[in-house]
Parts: sequence; structure tokens; C-alpha cells
Amino acid sequence: MGVLAGAGLTLWRGTTCLFEELSFVVPAGTALLIEGPNGAGKSSLLRVIAGLTQPESGSLTWRGGAFREQVRAGILRMAFSGHALALKAELSARANLKFFARLSGKSGHVADVLEATGLGSCADLEVRLLSAGQKRRAALARILLSNADLWLLDEPQTNLDAAGRRFVEAVIRGHVQQGGTAIVAAHQAMDLGSSIQSRLTLGDA
Amino acid sequence: MVAVKLSGDAHEDAPVSPVPGLLTLFWMVFQRDLQVGLRRWTDASNAALFFILVVTLFPLALSPKAEVLRMIAPGVMWIAALLATLLSLNLLFRADLEDGTLEQLLTLPCPLGWMLLAKTLAHWVITGLPVVVMAPVLAITYHLPGSAVGVLTFSLLLGTPTLSLLGSIGAALTAGLRGAGVLLAFIVAPLMLPVLMLGSRATDFALAGEDVTGPLYLLAALLVLATSLAPVLAAGAIRISAD
Repeated sequence: MGVLAGAGLTLWRGTTCLFEELSFVVPAGTALLIEGPNGAGKSSLLRVIAGLTQPESGSLTWRGGAFREQVRAGILRMAFSGHALALKAELSARANLKFFARLSGKSGHVADVLEATGLGSCADLEVRLLSAGQKRRAALARILLSNADLWLLDEPQTNLDAAGRRFVEAVIRGHVQQGGTAIVAAHQAMDLGSSIQSRLTLGDA
Repeated sequence: MVAVKLSGDAHEDAPVSPVPGLLTLFWMVFQRDLQVGLRRWTDASNAALFFILVVTLFPLALSPKAEVLRMIAPGVMWIAALLATLLSLNLLFRADLEDGTLEQLLTLPCPLGWMLLAKTLAHWVITGLPVVVMAPVLAITYHLPGSAVGVLTFSLLLGTPTLSLLGSIGAALTAGLRGAGVLLAFIVAPLMLPVLMLGSRATDFALAGEDVTGPLYLLAALLVLATSLAPVLAAGAIRISAD
């Protein structure tokens, strides 16, 4: 029994077929790791699930019902973190996060999450002054503030130090153990513990 | 673990405030764009500076005679306002597409057109409103009588938001293209012609002492039409650009 299932997904980009008749099931209480070499379509699959890219064919279901309708109706809350971090360089990390936290109704948690992601000391600096790793942490903080059931994370460990990478794994593990679902595209090996993860390999790797 | 504790907080002790309604959402997006726009004030001031430049060049090139200036003033002011709008449109959605903000707005269960309307309004406040504010000052240097200055300013106040809204459709279509400045101008300029003609005609009528309510009502009608249709079309275009 899976919470999220994809059936017969096919996606072409230009003249390249990224995946054809791809089906997968994410069992309840697990995270799905999408693996594969660069260009295998990991990000594209995440964008298809997020609704940013229209697949040529195929369908998605969430707890047995149509996926897109439940997102639109606000029944399924989804948080997406892509290559672009959705941070305004001119605003502080705190101001950036407050905006998204208010959208998800969690504006009271901004200070706590900034502290937990290690941004407490630079929360009021403009984002353009932060390092690449700190920006990535701010993007992770946005996910933590999203109050979403389904997390879609594209390479969340990019630019992070060893402690940061472990923190990302701990955060995802925590989310899944709370009953959430996560789909993570990662070309680096990520280990959440075999009981809560399943793997999907794209491409020829 | 910190992480486990964090996720736990969300569901238990700390109350989750209600998700904002449509008006709050509009205000939030508007405010954020205004903040970002004002921090990028060098970009934002381009439109207003361009407007001043064009308007001050005409008397130097044509003639400083009061009657000539009075005759060309409505057309010059309106052409300068239209060009200033075209110049600023590039910036409307480009940064949001590049930094991923649009992806986030697209994945929210909120009406996209509504959020784009808020963004367009913020863009107008930063680039269009300064033009409207500056117009009466520059109009006086063109020897326009007080009544015509009033009509000119009011017509710009009604017309420039319409220009920004029409422009938002083109800006949404070309947001993902490199060097789309001229293409964008060619797409939206034809749509803007009725606003240009009605705006300068209203000021002409005021100069001739005729009734100006006709063109002004039409400008207002176009503003209502653009407000209701442009965000929907821009939302469709943004979905394509973000793919």
C-alpha cells in the first residue's frame, strides 16, 4: 500500500526521452530516493510531481485519489525545493522565510527554525551576503516551515558541509517518522536507514 | 535529534495560524515585491529617468516656442510614458523566474493570476507611479494650462496601470527568453495603442476646451478590462515559461 504512486509516466525533453512508462510506489512512512547520473531525469521527475512540467503521459495518485486535484484543493500540502532556492537576494533570510511561513500559517516558528538550521547569527543579513551553504540551509528552513505532507527535494545536500549533510538526513528522517512523505533526488549517496527508504534508479547507472 | 523535535513542534505545542485569505495574500505579495523593488532602486528609477530624458529632449530638438510645445505636449508625454513602461517590463518576472520564486508560487494552492496581479501592481507603483507624479511638473515647462495638466495627469493615472497590465502578458511570455527586450516591445506595443491614443486625445480635448469625459471613461473601461483579463493570460503564459 503506497501513499504516492506514479503510473506510466513518460517525459520527453526535446529529442531525448528521459523516462518512458515509469511507475513507482512510495510506501507510507518512507522516503523515496531518486538516484542516477547527471542528466538522467531526476530533477525532471521531481518537477513533474510538483506540477511544473507536464509529462507526455502517465498519472499520479495520492492515497488512492487524483494527485493534482488534491493539491489544488489544499488537501495535500506539498513543499518543493529545486535548484533555484527561491530566496530574494535583497531581503534578509528572516524576511524571506517569513513570507513563506505566513503562506503556510507557521509564521510563529521562523526564529526557531532559523536557529535549528544554524542561521541564527546571520538571519538578518541580506541573502546576497550569505555563503552558498547558508543559502541552501535557508532553503531547507523554508521546507521545515512549509507544514507540508509531501516534500520534494532536489539535491538538498549541495554545498553543505558534513554536519549540514547529516542534518538534512536527520530532518528528512524526522519528517518521515512523523508520518510525512519525502521524495529526494540525490546523486550523492544518502542513507536514511533501510526501514524508511526506498530507491528509484533512473538512467543506465 | 533536533530535526525530530522540530517537526514535532509543528503538530503539537505551537499553534498553527490560519492560512492567509485572498486579500492578505495579495497584500503579502505586493509588499514583498515593493520591498525588493525599492532595494533595487537603480533598476526601478530607470523608467522615471528615461521619461524625464525623452520629455526634455523634444523642446531642444524641435522648438522652445510656447505654442509649439503646447501642441506637442500630449503626444510627447504619452509616448514617453509608453516607452518608459516598455523599458521596465523586462524586469517584471525575470528575476522571479531565475531565483525560483515563480516555481514556489506555481506550487502553491493559491490562484496564480491573483498573485501576478499583485506583482504587476507593485511593479506599476515602482515604475509607473513616478511617471504620473512627474508628469504635471514637466507639463508646466511645456506651457500647458492648469486644466490640461490636470487631465493629462489623470489620464496617465488611468492609463499607465493598463500599460503595465498589458505588458505583464508579454513579460510572462518572454520571461524565459534571453534578450527578449525588443521582441517583448513588439508583442505588447500594438495592444497599448488604444491607451496611447485615448490618453493623448483626452489632453488634446482639454487644450481645445472640449469635453474630456468620453476618452477618460474609455480609459477607465480599458483599465477594468485589463485588470480582469491580463492576470489570467499572464498566468497561462507563466506556466509555459516556467516549464
